[in-house]
Amino acid sequence: MMMEFNYEINGGDFSKAGFASSNLKKMLKQINTDPKLIKRIVIALYEAEMNIVAHAYDGKINVKITPGQIIINVSDRGPGIEDIDKAMEDGYSTASDEVREMGFGAGMGLSNIKNNTDQLDIESTVGKGTDLKIVTKLR
Amino acid sequence: MGHKSFHHALKIQEDICIGCAHCMNVCPTGALRVREGKAQLYNERCVDCGECYRVCPVGAIMVEQDDFSKIYDYKCSVALVPEILFGQFPENVSKGLIYKALEKIGFDSVFEVEYATEILQETTRKYLKESDQERPLISAFCPAIVRLIQVKFPALVNHIILQKPPLDIAAMYYRQKLIEQGYNSEDIGIFYVTQCAAKIAAIKSPVGDSSNDINGVINMDFIYNKIYATIQKEEDQANNAYDDNLTPEAVNWSLTHGEADNMEGRCLAIDGIENVMDFLEKVEDGDMEDIDFLELRACDESCAGGILNPSNRFLTVERLRNKAKKQAEKEIKASDNDINEKYNYLVDHLELKPVIPRSILKLDEDMTRALKKMRRVEDIMSRLPGVDCGSCGAPTCSALAQDIVKGEASLKDCIFIQRGYEKRDMMSREEAYEIMKRIWGANKLND
Repeated sequence: MMMEFNYEINGGDFSKAGFASSNLKKMLKQINTDPKLIKRIVIALYEAEMNIVAHAYDGKINVKITPGQIIINVSDRGPGIEDIDKAMEDGYSTASDEVREMGFGAGMGLSNIKNNTDQLDIESTVGKGTDLKIVTKLR
Repeated sequence: MGHKSFHHALKIQEDICIGCAHCMNVCPTGALRVREGKAQLYNERCVDCGECYRVCPVGAIMVEQDDFSKIYDYKCSVALVPEILFGQFPENVSKGLIYKALEKIGFDSVFEVEYATEILQETTRKYLKESDQERPLISAFCPAIVRLIQVKFPALVNHIILQKPPLDIAAMYYRQKLIEQGYNSEDIGIFYVTQCAAKIAAIKSPVGDSSNDINGVINMDFIYNKIYATIQKEEDQANNAYDDNLTPEAVNWSLTHGEADNMEGRCLAIDGIENVMDFLEKVEDGDMEDIDFLELRACDESCAGGILNPSNRFLTVERLRNKAKKQAEKEIKASDNDINEKYNYLVDHLELKPVIPRSILKLDEDMTRALKKMRRVEDIMSRLPGVDCGSCGAPTCSALAQDIVKGEASLKDCIFIQRGYEKRDMMSREEAYEIMKRIWGANKLND
């Protein structure tokens, strides 16, 4: 038993950031997920959405829900990450001044995702884009 | 307390209901359906906010109150009144005159709920500093909001401040005071005059608390009429001096910003149940943790907008704000008020038990089955028109889809699906007619 959802995210569209995570939250409530887990998953997906909006040209999010786990695949077309280990540190950010002025891009994104999930895999090619795989166990 | 015993103050009177679905379309928790030409309430979904009561064109929704004659069953009957009561009357009807009228009607004593806020203000400030609960902390003042969080935002129950609302504290105080004066507890009848259904429901089946010091509830509109009838007969309208010792903060407490403006840190006040739901979605997403305190009220203009208030909410707000300004000139010290004699006792007894979530959103307890049902819901949704016309007797296409999956409705209830079936000769005219009759009753089909 699995359900799958796809979302497309445009870079720079800050007003729409949070759409996918809000949508997923509704689903998770319906399948009787532990509220604490819902919060963690929603925060992780929201950060991933924000990363696309703040850094990339555009991106795709694929969510697979099974009774045991949730797998979120995020794939963006954008600048990519040069040093992934560094990007994982709290406070590290490559966000433009413009984005920072809006109050985003404080550089908590990737570490915040990692802190709220069971597994985070990152693959990135500079100049092309970044792929994330975020796995959260539901039991 | 099991879900089945959940008390509601709102009742649909089937003999009056015309099945017009106005209530169904405004219910914020999707608790209403139309069947057999009558509105039907899903008890576990209702939070007693009263939005249905406001829109019912025939007055079929009633707010259940206690029989007024119950007040005569006690040696000492107390009218426990919110400040909103005084805001129902124009300024020439003084507080003294209203007190006198309440006593003439049959109450032995009158006490104002807002005296309890003077204690609550202090304890809540302390709570905000000391509690390690998740932020923002949410006030438990409005019972409709507490229930809304239980049923629609189960992840947020841990944000609720576990302190009794002023109503409970005031009742607790007054009972103790009378006991000390020599009354037996069973001789004391405390009756709360309410502006809303949610407070009745909270009194009859309290959330997070088992004790109850309140013996009955009387509706604001009922007492308003009684008071008016009494003061019209009053010859000496002017000579009713009353020494009002409420602080300005207490007078304003039940109005929007009444709590938030008196707390420290980043505090927001939000009124109107739709506004509250919008905001709680954000809180759930976890990006509001730098807010310290949320004052959330189900009614627009908070308690001034209570469904049982006869007066216009904006006039009530104006009157109470003017009153607060007058009280500010008096330089009242809250600590001088009698309720402070019981300060320690009240502080020791104001804790609420943790609020238990009871989600109405889950499709099944078991995750695998819930997931299967969710897939079916999605599948059904793809076949429904998405216009939310309500012709099926459910408020939205998505509500119908969920009802179908729960086995409480059929895809054929959708009027668009019916047309498609008829065209493909899969449904007779007769069958389509019978379906609509089953939902809306024969009357509406002019049959």
